[in-house]
Amino acid sequence: MSLVVSNLSVDHGAIRAISGVSFTVESGEIAAVIGSNGAGKTTLLRTLSGLKSASHGSAQWNNHDLFSVKPEFNVRHGIAHVGEGKSVIAELSVEENLHLGAIWRKNKKEMKSTQLDVIELFPILGERIKQRADTLSGGERQMLAIGRALMAKPQLLLLDEPSLGLAPLVIEQIFQTIKSLRDQMALTVVLVEQNALGALEIADTGIALNLGKVVVAGSAQSLLNDPAVRAAYLGY
Amino acid sequence: MYKFISSLLIGLSLGAIYSLMSISLVLVWRSTRVVNFAQAGQAIVSTYIAYEVVNRTGSFWLAFFVAILAGALLCAIVDRYFMRPLFKRVTSGPIVAIAPVVATLGLLGVLRAVVGFVWGVELKPIAAPVSLDGYSLGSEVLPFAPYNALVIVVVAVVLIALSLLFQKTNLGLSLRASAYSPEIARLSGIRVNEIRTLGWAIAGAAGAIAGILATPTSYLSPNSLDILLVFGFAAAVIGGLESMVGAVVGGLVLGLGVTFVSNYVSTSLIFPTAFVFLIVILLVRPSGIVSGKRSRRA
Repeated sequence: MSLVVSNLSVDHGAIRAISGVSFTVESGEIAAVIGSNGAGKTTLLRTLSGLKSASHGSAQWNNHDLFSVKPEFNVRHGIAHVGEGKSVIAELSVEENLHLGAIWRKNKKEMKSTQLDVIELFPILGERIKQRADTLSGGERQMLAIGRALMAKPQLLLLDEPSLGLAPLVIEQIFQTIKSLRDQMALTVVLVEQNALGALEIADTGIALNLGKVVVAGSAQSLLNDPAVRAAYLGY
Repeated sequence: MYKFISSLLIGLSLGAIYSLMSISLVLVWRSTRVVNFAQAGQAIVSTYIAYEVVNRTGSFWLAFFVAILAGALLCAIVDRYFMRPLFKRVTSGPIVAIAPVVATLGLLGVLRAVVGFVWGVELKPIAAPVSLDGYSLGSEVLPFAPYNALVIVVVAVVLIALSLLFQKTNLGLSLRASAYSPEIARLSGIRVNEIRTLGWAIAGAAGAIAGILATPTSYLSPNSLDILLVFGFAAAVIGGLESMVGAVVGGLVLGLGVTFVSNYVSTSLIFPTAFVFLIVILLVRPSGIVSGKRSRRA
């Protein structure tokens, strides 16, 4: 059980956004993908979930080829993608956003029990269940976005910058939640982050991207101790 | 008082038909960002089919349901085999904004020509299922007839059904999610392309109902529903273009507005009134009367 990405290249028109990227994420681990703006982090996630097509290379989750189907079918193979920037539908209620995540299952009973699990994880969503998503705070929206993804009962969670634009205390809470998803639900997580320190602290492995290429990869601890990584991404 | 009540009732029944056409345009606009001018052509085709069914079987209601099916099917075909390939090929440059609109205008012309070729251009009647003679109030005869009442009831039933579909079912949630955020919908496992085509089919059905309901009080000709398209579009803009509730409010406001002006001022002012409404709304409240963040709720 693992996510294996090999020799992946992705183009935006004439520009190569991802170039020959390979890495492996073991099941039940968090992999932090760090890098500055334009490093190709978001493109990497969008390619893995199928929103963007790869020019070259492959990605396998267990025995499933991620590039063989459209994104709406990847979710049926246990792969959930939470897009950049609090990816919720503002016009829908909190409850409708959650239902959306499980809509392809067509099993109302299972959906209700999953919803209870998600609300246990994020009690604030239970309090706001009938409110429109655009009435939520930034942190609550991010929780809702993750909650929607969890409604699909995924095994592999692709998270794009969950800390973006949030207050430090809220960021800490989100990171702790991601950690507990791994520790308690055995989820495998690919966590794309500009907040490299926060991401590496909860991650098992770290991958630093620059201009679409892997510059350093290894255990999260080794990246935290690497002077070059510290200088480039952690700022100390 | 008599004149006021009769204007109110006639305005409601006219507005009800505008509402349906308006909903039809709004559903397509918010899911695809296309103003579907071809809707008048699609509705004319389904209404001519209804005319044939009435002629052969004598049953208005059978024709009514055949028209709904035909309208839905035609609209789904337009999306699947016309708009989707178009969007696939036209992907960048200023042409992206223009191409779909011009394409629907072209399709409107083609559908009208086909209808004219098959059925000729002379006016054809569809008999109303109930009387077109007005109710009497004392010695006066109101212009409001049982058929107008029937229109209001039928549209009310259709609106309730649509509202239940969109608010209470998984299909409705999929339709709304795909319209508001196709990407999040896809990531949630919704097959957005198929859902979009289904949304067009629902729009086509609403347009078909508007077409057949509008015809018994006038006549059918290849361009007899163009006016309905114009009023439906005005109603959609008045309602803010994004919401079905707005479409209904816009339709009723417009129906009542033109009826009161034509009864109290002059019948020749029907068209100008619609456009004055449209322009005033655009100047004063460009986002429509049912606007703001709430507008996309339903």
